[in-house]
Amino acid sequence: MDMHQLSLTDISRALAAKEFSASELSSHLLARIKALDPQLNSFISVTEELALSQAKAADARRANGETGALLGAPIAHKDLFCTQGVRTSCGSKMLDNFKAPYNATVVEKLAGVGCVTLGKLNMDEFAMGSSNESSYYGAVKNPWDLTRVPGGSSGGSAAAVAARLLPAATGTDTGGSIRQPAALTNLTGIKPTYGRVSRWGMIAYASSLDQAGPLARNAEDCALLLQAMAGFDPKDSTSLEQPLDDYLAALNLPLKGLRIGLPKEYFAAGLDGRIAAATLAVVEELKKLGATVKDISLPNTQHAIAAYYVIAPAEASSNLSRFDGVRFGYRCENPQNLEDLYKRSRAEGFGDEVKRRILVGAYALSAGYYDAYYLQAQKIRRLIKNDFVAAFQEVDVILSPTTPNPAWKLGEKNNDPVAQYLEDIYTITANLAGIPGLSMPAGFVDGLPVGVQLLAPYFQEGRLLNVAHQYQQVTAWHTQAPSGF
Amino acid sequence: MALERCDVEKIAHLARIGLNEADIPRTTATLNNILGLIDAMQAVDTTGIEPLAHPLEATQRLRADQVTETNQREVYQAIAPAVEAGLFLVPKVIE
Repeated sequence: MDMHQLSLTDISRALAAKEFSASELSSHLLARIKALDPQLNSFISVTEELALSQAKAADARRANGETGALLGAPIAHKDLFCTQGVRTSCGSKMLDNFKAPYNATVVEKLAGVGCVTLGKLNMDEFAMGSSNESSYYGAVKNPWDLTRVPGGSSGGSAAAVAARLLPAATGTDTGGSIRQPAALTNLTGIKPTYGRVSRWGMIAYASSLDQAGPLARNAEDCALLLQAMAGFDPKDSTSLEQPLDDYLAALNLPLKGLRIGLPKEYFAAGLDGRIAAATLAVVEELKKLGATVKDISLPNTQHAIAAYYVIAPAEASSNLSRFDGVRFGYRCENPQNLEDLYKRSRAEGFGDEVKRRILVGAYALSAGYYDAYYLQAQKIRRLIKNDFVAAFQEVDVILSPTTPNPAWKLGEKNNDPVAQYLEDIYTITANLAGIPGLSMPAGFVDGLPVGVQLLAPYFQEGRLLNVAHQYQQVTAWHTQAPSGF
Repeated sequence: MALERCDVEKIAHLARIGLNEADIPRTTATLNNILGLIDAMQAVDTTGIEPLAHPLEATQRLRADQVTETNQREVYQAIAPAVEAGLFLVPKVIE
C-alpha cells in the first residue's frame, strides 16, 4: 500500500517496524502536496524545510532507541496555532505578514513527541465561517466534489486529510469547526471538553467556546493525537486540572449496556431525510453491539443559534481589538492620525464576515444593550447546559446528525450569512455547554459524505472515541477515500 | 428594533472599523438580518436564571507573583510595522 493511504495508527506501526523512515514518508507527502494541493488549496504554507529537519531528527531519535507512538508522524496545523518563525495568518490579510514569535502549547507538545509539521492549513478567516470561503487565501475545495465546500472553519485540515495529503491534522472548534468539516469530508474529528486542550498560542475567536482537537481518518488515530495534545497547561487560565484518561485503552471497552439518547429536536424540520436515515442506521449498528436507545428532549435547542451568535461575536469583538496596526500585523498606508491608523488598518485588514461579527459583537456589548443581548445569551447558555445535564442522567451518550445537509456548492450561501449560521444548529450546543463532541463517517448521500455526531458528559472524550472506534470495527464508511486522491 | 444608518456609523466607530460611504446601506441591511435572528432570544423567559460565563463554572486560577518571562523586545519588534530605537511608531498624537 502507498504510504499516503496509511492511517496514523498504521504509520506509527510501520515507523516502529522500520518499514520506512520518517524522512522518506515526509518527502513522499511533501511531493504529494505539491502535486495535488493546487486542486484543493488546503495549505496556506508548506513548511518543507522544517518538516525535513524534524523528520531527520525523529529518525535520529528512533535510531537512539526512542519508541514514541507519534515519533516521525506527519501532521499539519490549522493556521491559527502560533508556530515560531512560521507565518501564522489565521486566514486573514491582517496577519499575512505575521511570523509568530513563539509556539502554541499544542504545537510545542506535538513537536515534543516527534510529530513532523508539513505546514499550516487554510481556514475561514479568524475561524469565522462554516464553508472555508471567508479565507483571505481563497476557498478550499472538497476532495469529494471539487465544486463543493469542505466545511469550516477547519476546512483546510479536513480537505488535506480527506485527500490523503497527510494522515491527520489539528483543528479548532468554536461552534462546530472540527465536527462539521469532518462530517462533510468523511473524517473523524473530536472537540474535547472546554479546557481539555490548552488554548495558549491559539489565536482567539470566542474564548469561552474555543477548543482544539484532531481531525483524522478514524477514532483510533484521533485517540493517538488527542492523548498528545490534551492536558493541563498553567499558561492557559481556563485549562482543566482534571487528569487525562488513557484514550487508547478506552477504545476497546465493550458497548454492552451503553445508553444512547436521540434528541427529538435534532431530527426536526430542516434535516435532509437521507441524513436522518443514515443516522438511524448507525443507531441500528450500535444496538447490535449491545447499546440501548431512548428518545430524549433538549428543549432549549431552538434558542442556541441566537445565543451563540451573540456570545461568539461579543467575545470576538473584544479579542480582535488587539489587531490595531500598531505592534504587529497589517498597517494601512500613510495613516493621517492614530484614529485613521486604527480604522483603516482594521477596515483593510479584516474581511467582510469578520467585520460583520465584530460589529454585531460591539453592538451587543455597547452601553444600554449589554443586559438585553450578552447577559440574556449567557442565561440561555445555562438553560442549554441544564438540558444536557438532565439528559445525561438518563443516557450515556447523545447521538444526532452532525449537519442538516451534506456539503453545499461553493458560493451557494456566500451572500446570506444567516443561512450559513443555521447550518451550525446541531454542533453549537456542545460549545455553549462545554461538553465534548465527535463526528464520524456514517455513509453517503449522492456521493457526498454524511457525519453522525456523538456527545458525552464533561471529560468523557474516551467514551466518544470508544463508541466511534467500536462502530468503525464493524463498518467501513471511514475507510472510503475520494476518487482522484 | 431595526438599526438605522446612524446606529451603524456609531457601532463602526466603537469597533474602530472604517466604513465606506458606499458600504453603509449593505452593512446596515446585513446587520439587521443577523439581529433579526438574534432577537428571537428576547422571547425566552430567563427569570431567575443565572448567566453562565464558563461552562464548568471555573474561577480564575491564581499563581505566585514571580517573574517567568524574560524581555524579548527585539523578537517582538522584528514583526512590528514601524519601530525606532526600541519604540513602536504611530502617527503623532499630540501636536
